[in-house]
Amino acid sequence: MAFGPHLLLATLEGLVTSAVLALMALGLSLVFGVMRVVNVAHGEFFMLGAVLAWWIASLVSGHPAIGFLAALAISPLIVGAVAFAADRLVLRRLNYEPEATIVATIGLLYIIQQLALTFYGPQARPVDAPFTYRILFPWFGYSGYKLSIIATSALLLIFTWFVLTRTRIGLVMRATQYDRETAQAFGIPVGRVYAGVFALGAMLAAIAAVLIVPITQAHYLMGLNPLLLSFIVVIIGGLGSLRGTVVAALLIGVSDGVISAFFSPTLAKIIATLAVAMVLVFRPQGLFGSAAK
Amino acid sequence: MTDTISNPGPARLRLDRRTVLKGVAASAGLAAAPGFVRYSQAQSAAPIRIGFQCHRTGIGAAYGRWYEKTTNAAVKLINDAGGINGRPVEIIVEDDGTDAKRGAEVVAKFASQHKTDIVYGTLFSHVVTGSAPTAGELKIPYYVVSEGYHVASGKMNRYCLQPGITDVRSQVTSVAPWIAANAGKKVTMIFPDYAFGYDHRDYLPPALKAQGAEVIAQIAIPPTESSFTRYFPQIPAETEVIYHVMVGPAVLTFVKELGEFYGSNRPQLFGFIDSLEAVDINSPGLEFLDGSHFWEGSPRYAQPNDSDAQKVYRAAVGIDDNGAAVGDPKDVSTAAHMFGCWETLYVIKKAMEDSGYKGPEDRAKLIEATEALTEFKEGNEHPQGDKVFNGKNHQCYGHQNISKLEGGKLNVVHRTSIEDGHYEVEADYTTQPL
Repeated sequence: MAFGPHLLLATLEGLVTSAVLALMALGLSLVFGVMRVVNVAHGEFFMLGAVLAWWIASLVSGHPAIGFLAALAISPLIVGAVAFAADRLVLRRLNYEPEATIVATIGLLYIIQQLALTFYGPQARPVDAPFTYRILFPWFGYSGYKLSIIATSALLLIFTWFVLTRTRIGLVMRATQYDRETAQAFGIPVGRVYAGVFALGAMLAAIAAVLIVPITQAHYLMGLNPLLLSFIVVIIGGLGSLRGTVVAALLIGVSDGVISAFFSPTLAKIIATLAVAMVLVFRPQGLFGSAAK
Repeated sequence: MTDTISNPGPARLRLDRRTVLKGVAASAGLAAAPGFVRYSQAQSAAPIRIGFQCHRTGIGAAYGRWYEKTTNAAVKLINDAGGINGRPVEIIVEDDGTDAKRGAEVVAKFASQHKTDIVYGTLFSHVVTGSAPTAGELKIPYYVVSEGYHVASGKMNRYCLQPGITDVRSQVTSVAPWIAANAGKKVTMIFPDYAFGYDHRDYLPPALKAQGAEVIAQIAIPPTESSFTRYFPQIPAETEVIYHVMVGPAVLTFVKELGEFYGSNRPQLFGFIDSLEAVDINSPGLEFLDGSHFWEGSPRYAQPNDSDAQKVYRAAVGIDDNGAAVGDPKDVSTAAHMFGCWETLYVIKKAMEDSGYKGPEDRAKLIEATEALTEFKEGNEHPQGDKVFNGKNHQCYGHQNISKLEGGKLNVVHRTSIEDGHYEVEADYTTQPL
């Protein structure tokens, strides 16, 4: 394949990766930014979103779009409820201590993964895409649905940005992030904000999963890779920085697509990991993060 | 009632005395029980225990589930017909997570904890390769249903055998002439990046070259990969045939993305059905496959000329004419491979009967009896077809099927002869001590 079309394909693939990654990493970043919790179970919320999407879509008959839309609406809500409960039952009781929450979320990771294995099974199961339009470039064909993921993700990111910067909820979240005690002194229910943020982070992962599941199928081990990539994105972008997360997701996603297509996916992972190491050495707060207070 | 509440002391005491009495009675009974004596005197009535190393979880789970169904069906028939040497067969399943390290632990567990007579059933080649040394060290016969060339190559050990399914080297050697004659001369290979894929990578090119065709590109993809489009630009434009074989949970994605990439304007496709094993071939997005060809060990769809043995086998395992579970058309089987479990169990039965197998002390005799086998006749015990067995490299060789996908079904269009898959056997396990 000639260089131009090859690059186009690689970029498209990279943008799809970026789109999903940005949503997922944003969830991770929010949870860390506001709660200072490193959520190791984030990948399992992603997996849970995909598995629930399969379950919901399989209950709905008729056009595949109906099942998909139902999954897109309901699956993140259920995942959010699970995360909300996890925060109330586990994280709050640990007083959000950094070390304790890491261990607790590792435990959560295994519990969710094994429950999925027990009740959903070890098979990979597909969810039908809402539409199967195939875009025909002169050199190759490309899934129209994949392109729609990019658009959907961009819309969701703008919406999240709007909520965080232009609404009262966002103000309360930012206040809690900035200074927990002062926020509490001003009457902000910090406990409820924490639970809400944890649920919101999980819901973003679940939405990313529902968007990707018509392409990759739901499987109980699918959470690990996106989790690692999300950590890479969040560290490079700066923990807690919305803008940094999106820029880093674009950077990692597109470079992953291009390097994978021209060289090898393994090399793409090596370079991404190297980038994390470099950022940690030379700019520990991340590209857009502010230095620790 | 009130008595007990107001005065719990005696009640507890009474219970204690009873327990002690029960305990004494039980131990006395144990020593003198007629059942116990009968068991130790006639050990031969105890079941033959087969440890089934099963991919219940991990990337091989779809295969593992159907391997288990096939195994249970065959064991039921064997037991209904009187078992092996008059003893019933008992299957003990351990999940290896489709993981090489766990696989070796499972073999050790069978040998030392479950104390099974043999170990059987593994599919994924990295698990076999990881487990075989443990089987050799513990001197427990290890019958695999893996198709990889590793057993036949001589790289395993004397305790590792593959008598129920043809190895990959023989499979690709037998289908290569058909590919060169019917599909095209310039072949691009896509295969999983580990042991099983390497067998394809290493043995297809020479087999094609002998037929005047050539492999112009080889693309290795990790079996845990979830996105494939990025690999497709590596396929050279002059490719006439794409030879694809993928495994893992994302096989459906692989084939779908191939379809998105090419549409109907595609090169010829020749795939190992592994790329779509346990996947409904009529899934949305797979329409472009119509007219393409697949290797199948045993056909997924019932064929018009199916033997009676094949019908008996399909009914016993519980698959319908489309190769899906009876009653659940979405639950597609791994028909191309799982027959190997059935046939391996009958080979084990035959070898145990030939050697007069009584218990673990006869394991060496069992290996020798298996090595002495030379051929398996087509029939209820070998429904996939007749096979020859080479006792030196512990490998069997059978017929392969090439099927064309047309009208939403796979129809066998060519069946290779056993000779088509012939290659020079160099390995000889019989020189190793038992």
